[in-house]
Amino acid sequence: MQINLHQVTADYQAGPIRSPEILKSISTTVKSGSFTAVAGKTGSGKSSLLKLMNGLLVPVKGRVSIGEIMITSENAKQSVKEARQKVGMVFQFPESQLFAETVEKDIMFGPMNFGVPEAEAKQIALEVIKRVGLDASLLSKSPFSLSGGQKRYVAMAGILAMSPDILILDEPGAGLDPKGKKEVMDLLHAWHKERGLTTLLVTHDMDDVALYADEVIVMDGGRIVFQDNPERLFADMAAIHQWGLDLPQARKLQIRIEQEANVTLSQICLTLAQLADALIEAGLA
Amino acid sequence: MNKLILGRYFPGNSLLHRIDPRAKLLAGISFIFILFIANNWITYLVLWLFTFTMMKLSGVSIRIYIRGVRPLIWLILFTVSLQVLFTAGGEIYIDWGPVTISSFGLINGMYTFSRFTMIIFVSTVVTLTTKPIDLTDAMNYLLQPLKRLKLPVDEISLMLAIALRFIPIILDETQKVMDAQRARGTVFGEGSLPQQIKKIVPIFIPLFVSSLVRAEDMANAMEVRGYQSNNPRSSFRRLHWQKTDIAALIAMVLLAVILFILRTEGHHFH
Repeated sequence: MQINLHQVTADYQAGPIRSPEILKSISTTVKSGSFTAVAGKTGSGKSSLLKLMNGLLVPVKGRVSIGEIMITSENAKQSVKEARQKVGMVFQFPESQLFAETVEKDIMFGPMNFGVPEAEAKQIALEVIKRVGLDASLLSKSPFSLSGGQKRYVAMAGILAMSPDILILDEPGAGLDPKGKKEVMDLLHAWHKERGLTTLLVTHDMDDVALYADEVIVMDGGRIVFQDNPERLFADMAAIHQWGLDLPQARKLQIRIEQEANVTLSQICLTLAQLADALIEAGLA
Repeated sequence: MNKLILGRYFPGNSLLHRIDPRAKLLAGISFIFILFIANNWITYLVLWLFTFTMMKLSGVSIRIYIRGVRPLIWLILFTVSLQVLFTAGGEIYIDWGPVTISSFGLINGMYTFSRFTMIIFVSTVVTLTTKPIDLTDAMNYLLQPLKRLKLPVDEISLMLAIALRFIPIILDETQKVMDAQRARGTVFGEGSLPQQIKKIVPIFIPLFVSSLVRAEDMANAMEVRGYQSNNPRSSFRRLHWQKTDIAALIAMVLLAVILFILRTEGHHFH
């Protein structure tokens, strides 16, 4: 499902302090079926951009289209609920949203809010919990009795159970060990592929961008300053520096090798496998 | 939820920001008592002038103060309407048996409204211009005499300091949890009353759980730093009493004196 923003301006309210124009007249299109990473410094407007796509933030000016649904400041009340059914949002530390007596009820909460009958929601909960790699016996347990990692999977299952067409992920791996983080990312990426979803991922980890994303949006000072594929982004060192970003490990190593050996490899390498191939091609390995 | 401004601090460097928190606290409390001296329109006018001067001096825009009154507006209107409907005397405009709208009632209603809003405005001035931590220090200082009555003053002010410290954190967290449940299809402020109450559960339980976790973390952090509740403590932040602080208290006394001079002797509306 395609997402389209047309000259969207949005304000942000934190407590009594209103920051006007946290997003300044943004226009962009996120292609249907793409896996788009959103990068940028803290306070650059990443979270606000994502909240716009879920109706949690309503544009002051301009319009947000999610498939056929259009959100503007005038029609927000009706359109937002439809939009939320299409868009699943996994917040940072999603385990903090768990509340029900049992894991099953917590997973059923989302679907039932959108009018799925109870019996069907139960069926969905069973499917989804297996899909995220947890044992079905956990369904009858209290979510608060689970381990931290399990809680995160249950919370994600609660979002996936809504079977959204668009998935918005805000650092889903935050606070996990590297192995746990990779498992979470792989799971979400696989889900994205299987269901043909449109996915947006906010991340500070450029290796995630390199590994999973086929498009990158870079935010700076409330504007989109870059939108293209990761190779293009990581080729432009000056821009990377200016926007406060980092490079993926493989690309860093590539630059180091290029400097030491005084060569230029044929391509921008984002993963170690690509780097290895490029080195063999150049006769350096 | 995040519209709540009572108890929030606005950083700034106005005259009011610089006054010693003890002076501000005393002045704020004495204002509530001074309010009850007023009993005619001219005294209320003086009070309103005083209130607006304070609001201006704080350097915070009036809009923010008005927003602070909004959550309490129904309580205020309820009290005002009781005053309007059940005070007899003066010229009577509408008479439905026990319920009358009279000139005394209307005037009394206006006074009640003024009293409520001025209390809110002035206490908001105090909290907006004073860091919560300074406020608790001031409270701790002013409560010291109660130690003689074996009241655990230091513990009480520590609890207050911790509670105040967590208000913004919990408000922000509430916002996050609400957003997360909204994203899962909850629509707040819609449906019948029982339905709306049911929607609070998915907010409160996560908040409750995280507050308990936070409290335990905090207790552990204090424990490993060797916190003992009954030890004598010195303070990192020192309060300095200055001339302006005395001036502030004198201003309050003056206000009281002026009101005493201007108030109507003898007849009360109550």
